[in-house]
Amino acid sequence: MAWKDSRPMSPHLQVYRLPLTALISIGHRATGAALAGGMLFLVWAVASAAAGPESFETAQAVFGSWFGKLVLFGFTAALYLHFFNGLRHMVWDAGKGFDLEHARLGNKIVLGGTAVMTVLTWIVASA
Amino acid sequence: MDYRTPLSKARGLGSAKEGVHHWWAQRMTALALTPLTIWFCFSVASLSTFSYDAFSAWLQGPMNAALMLAVMIAGFYHGAIGLQVIIEDYVSNVPVRTAMIVLVKGAAWLLGLVGCMSVILVALGG
Repeated sequence: MAWKDSRPMSPHLQVYRLPLTALISIGHRATGAALAGGMLFLVWAVASAAAGPESFETAQAVFGSWFGKLVLFGFTAALYLHFFNGLRHMVWDAGKGFDLEHARLGNKIVLGGTAVMTVLTWIVASA
Repeated sequence: MDYRTPLSKARGLGSAKEGVHHWWAQRMTALALTPLTIWFCFSVASLSTFSYDAFSAWLQGPMNAALMLAVMIAGFYHGAIGLQVIIEDYVSNVPVRTAMIVLVKGAAWLLGLVGCMSVILVALGG
């Protein structure tokens, strides 16, 4: 049956401002995919160490460059977002925290936890 | 004349009480990765220098080597089933979908083995 109503369908992805919960939800999937790809870097790091000092220095030069550090910082933030939102998923799996109040509290914990742990990890790294 | 029993026709077509296997495995690897993530981030961040000597000395500790293997195994397992779910959600063409999943799983196995082998080589060598 054809859609005769010319008014926009709601919620329609093109006109609907996604709430924070929805943005974090798609962010969980996006960071998950990115982190799966990021496992390549982890394998590269340990494989270069296994191959010997020269190849490790090459990998270290890439990871230690300003761009490498920027990418690693991004991965750290992605990892913690996925980490905290993953914990939130476990709470949901237990059947708890579905009401709006707890959904909003969850947003704050996930984003706050991500920011704090990302910064804390890099403070430890540069100390 | 069809000699197959209703049971044999149904076998392999539906749930054999393992329908939630991937779902459960995703949660269990997530549970394992919870402490592993914190350990990994802060262990690597605490390395005094990122020299070859410092890194290999760190990885030669038996606990560090074992936990690093756990990161590799749980990480690749968790990542592979996660990517599989994404592919299953967005790729409707079944042959393409199957090919992509096989590719992801193959890559996860290969890279996971390279990662584990490397950890073991560094841990035993030096």
